[in-house]
Amino acid sequence: MSETTTAKTADPHSPGTPQSHEHPVDFNSYVRRCAIVFAVVLCAVGLMIWASFLHLEWSAKIAIILLIASCNAFVVAGFLMHLLSERKMVYTILGFTVSFVIGLFGLTLWAMTDFPLHTVTH
Amino acid sequence: MEIPYTVEARPDTGLYNAKVGIWLFLSSEVMLFGGLFSAYILLRVGAVPGTWPHGWQNLTLGTINTVVLALSAITTLMAWVACKVREFGKFKFFHACTLLLAVTFLCIKCEEYREHLNHYEIYMKDGTYADGDMVQNDAAQDYIVIDGRYTKNEMDLYDLRSQKVVEKELKIPRSQIQDMQSYGPWHNDYLALYFTLTGLHALHILCGSVVIGYLWGPGRKLWKTDPERFTNRVEVSGLFWHFVDLVWIFLFPVLYLT
Repeated sequence: MSETTTAKTADPHSPGTPQSHEHPVDFNSYVRRCAIVFAVVLCAVGLMIWASFLHLEWSAKIAIILLIASCNAFVVAGFLMHLLSERKMVYTILGFTVSFVIGLFGLTLWAMTDFPLHTVTH
Repeated sequence: MEIPYTVEARPDTGLYNAKVGIWLFLSSEVMLFGGLFSAYILLRVGAVPGTWPHGWQNLTLGTINTVVLALSAITTLMAWVACKVREFGKFKFFHACTLLLAVTFLCIKCEEYREHLNHYEIYMKDGTYADGDMVQNDAAQDYIVIDGRYTKNEMDLYDLRSQKVVEKELKIPRSQIQDMQSYGPWHNDYLALYFTLTGLHALHILCGSVVIGYLWGPGRKLWKTDPERFTNRVEVSGLFWHFVDLVWIFLFPVLYLT
């Protein structure tokens, strides 16, 4: 590690530095990480726009675009929100959330063709 | 009485309390936006084929806003990192950048709303449609002026990406107008969803900006007395900001691209 980097690194166990329950923070490595994440986000946005102009079935097009958006979201959540190295408690909360969201979307889709009697459709 | 676990981690959760709190709050936010997204799916799939709008949004402004928000997520993270390494000057710089980007995002969003609210669909008495941006709508005059086009088929107004639209200035006598309506949330399901989703998102941006502004302004006094707690506040506000960015990552393709 370079001298400059060492000077800008906070050791969570040394007195007088902000205490962290995770890893020591290195300013320069975060700058690099952020630059990469930003580049990935820009690429993902460009890809989504490109995919939106493809001559495909609209359902296939939506699937491709949402797949790229999900990858983009994974990068943001994983690296910027530190979800790749979080505590079990956070994963537990997110696990519940995901199961509820799946239920919400699933019930919506399940009820899609479940019209009340005498409903007028086009 | 001192609030416990504002800095050190609780033994049972492994996190300080505010972090558990923000994740629980974000979970409820996921359900809030999830409900609106499922409303979108329901209306989109249930729409009569050919009547769901395409190309109604300003893709350039939407893309700029996406980049602006992604950049603000980066500056938020860097503000927290600056606190971690005790570089308060850098923290102030990065948080000021975040605020500036947030204001930019909101200004662009306002411009998009203005464009929609100034755009009109006019149903003529002869059964044709005129569609375009309002240029002149003076009640004292017996005509209106729009920058748009005429069409006989209403379906032409839905999918703008599959056709080349040539707009010109049209002077329309009021006596020929049956009905006219701007492209506000009342216009159709798509615009109702667009304004609801982006309006709620913009409200989140506004609230996040207030919190970030507080930490950048009056709230920074805490840095002198308890820097670790201040750093945790910055982290928690940053997590909220990243969530807002995540929501936009899905809003942009759903509303602008599909």
